[in-house]
Amino acid sequence: MTTLQLKNIVKRYKSQTVLDDLSLDVAGGERLVLFGPSGSGKTVLLRLIAGVIEPDAGRVLIGGEDMTDVDAEHRGIGMAFQNFALFPHMSAFDNIASALTSRKSSKDTIAAGVHKVSKLLKIDHVLSHHPKALSNGQKQRTALARALVGSPPLLLLDDPLRNVDAKLRFEMRLELPRLLAAQGATVIYVTQDYKEAMALGDRIAVMAHGRIRQIGTPAEIYNAPADIEIARLFGDPTINLLEVVPQRGPDGAFVELSDMRLRLPGFGDEIVGKQCVLGLRPETIAFAEAASQGAIPVTVEAETPLNEKTVTLGLTARGREILVSRPAGTPGPVAGPAHIAVDGRTAFLFDKATGRRILPSELASKRNGEAA
Amino acid sequence: METTSPVERLLRGVALTLVVVFFMFPIVWIFLMSFQTNETILRIPPSVVFSPTLENYAALITGKLQTASGTLDIAFMRNLGNSVLLSVASVAVALLLGVPAAYAFARHKFKGSEDIAFTLLSFRFAPPLLVLLPLTQYFQWLGLSNTYFGLIWIYQLICLPLILWIVRGYFEDISADVEYAYRIAGHSWFSTFRKIALPLAGPGIAAAGLLAFIFAWNNFVFALVLASADKQPVTVGALAFVTASGIQYGQIAAAIVLSITPTLALALYAQRYLVEGLSLGAVKG
Repeated sequence: MTTLQLKNIVKRYKSQTVLDDLSLDVAGGERLVLFGPSGSGKTVLLRLIAGVIEPDAGRVLIGGEDMTDVDAEHRGIGMAFQNFALFPHMSAFDNIASALTSRKSSKDTIAAGVHKVSKLLKIDHVLSHHPKALSNGQKQRTALARALVGSPPLLLLDDPLRNVDAKLRFEMRLELPRLLAAQGATVIYVTQDYKEAMALGDRIAVMAHGRIRQIGTPAEIYNAPADIEIARLFGDPTINLLEVVPQRGPDGAFVELSDMRLRLPGFGDEIVGKQCVLGLRPETIAFAEAASQGAIPVTVEAETPLNEKTVTLGLTARGREILVSRPAGTPGPVAGPAHIAVDGRTAFLFDKATGRRILPSELASKRNGEAA
Repeated sequence: METTSPVERLLRGVALTLVVVFFMFPIVWIFLMSFQTNETILRIPPSVVFSPTLENYAALITGKLQTASGTLDIAFMRNLGNSVLLSVASVAVALLLGVPAAYAFARHKFKGSEDIAFTLLSFRFAPPLLVLLPLTQYFQWLGLSNTYFGLIWIYQLICLPLILWIVRGYFEDISADVEYAYRIAGHSWFSTFRKIALPLAGPGIAAAGLLAFIFAWNNFVFALVLASADKQPVTVGALAFVTASGIQYGQIAAAIVLSITPTLALALYAQRYLVEGLSLGAVKG
């Protein structure tokens, strides 16, 4: 079980800082997903771990050993590239075998290794083909086989499902965890797809602008996003974000939606009068009877069925858009006036100026206590 | 494949024929001339009907040129041999030096790399005549004038920049990821260069080598000034056909046919690599 540590990594191209004092600890055998929009530095970071580009500052430790100045070929890493990066002049067999030929193993050992992994990935029937003659899915599997064949203790996967069609991506998303678990390797997986990140990661590190913004289990990232951007990136349909200014009420802070009060339990005077953004996950909102307590009136504008769920777009009295998601097949209004019920305990509150999440006061004081 | 009307196909055929005739006619005419005597060549009006003779080729190969004022010794076959030796050796040296250099310029941006690459290219900007006088002086000091070694060295001015700049482009076209993948699979940079970069840039290297060969073969002025008769290539040797008793058209034509044969053969052989090289972008990935 190989650990990976990155310490204060800095990488600049000309005047642009791509990785900005980034540190990361990955436990042996862990599957860490690097998630972030394009240009956030994920791919650069992966190449830096692989050793094909050098950091301007900082150290890379693999298995506790300082590998910062070690060449890529001596790091013992397996890597699959987003664009597959197959060798176009070699057959699929030779492509996969390339990760073994450098070890001076016998021909039989190499052939046995290649056949084993290609059987696992179901490409054993196309081993004699050149990359040109392979379908996209076969190319992707060949690239994956090349990364896996040497049983590297550290496996880097750079968005390997990006360039394959949706059906195959879905299949591989189910198949990959089993494959990776069988390898027992420490895995760094880069993706831009939040579903893939949630499905494959033991932990997810969310990157933006060359820094790690938040790192945690998929549930932590989803249920406790550190800022607006992360809340927006995870979840489909996207989280509802409404600008609000909390006010003081008889039993704590509240915000107004369609002139109705939505109480924010746990929040006190510290947020009153502050410019905030309220985050409501569409699946935490439900349609309600008009008479029920705290029901907020909306006008239903449109309904979109999405396989397993139905998403409804509503407008508040002040014309703000709210998405409501419910399991498909459950009843709901199709058009016209309706009411929704929102539980203030599931709502996120963000500071509009900084984008950071504001924690309810009791939670915040608990965190501070931990930190001290 | 889109369908074309018969008229369109006919017009296209006519246009293509015109282009081919326009470009190939001089070659065909020279080929015909090489089998004629000076008298049949110079008759008016010219005709394509004649009784072919091999005496022009015989004269070139034996080295005895029959003119109105007697027999003249010419060193055409030796010139041809010189051309082959000089061109092959120059291109070989240029490939040996230029391909690794091109790789370095393509993959490693070191301080001043662009300046060095541009300086090498700028050798091709200067008119050769401009550098010939100082070169002659240098060659005399160094004892290099009239040596194959010196000529091959000077031919690097022609071949090296050409190969460097063409091959560099091909190396740059290879996705860096492909090379990274080979490195990560556990291979050294040198074996990556040998097993990945060289084969993938192969068509480009072949194209550049062929072009460099043609340029070296066609060079005239360096050899004219820096070498004497026994080291001169055909381009300079051809001057011998302008004799006191007139210009030997038949022999000149035969000499041209013989001297374009090697480059033509090479181009035909390398053609598939050239086409592959030019369409590399379309088939990769």
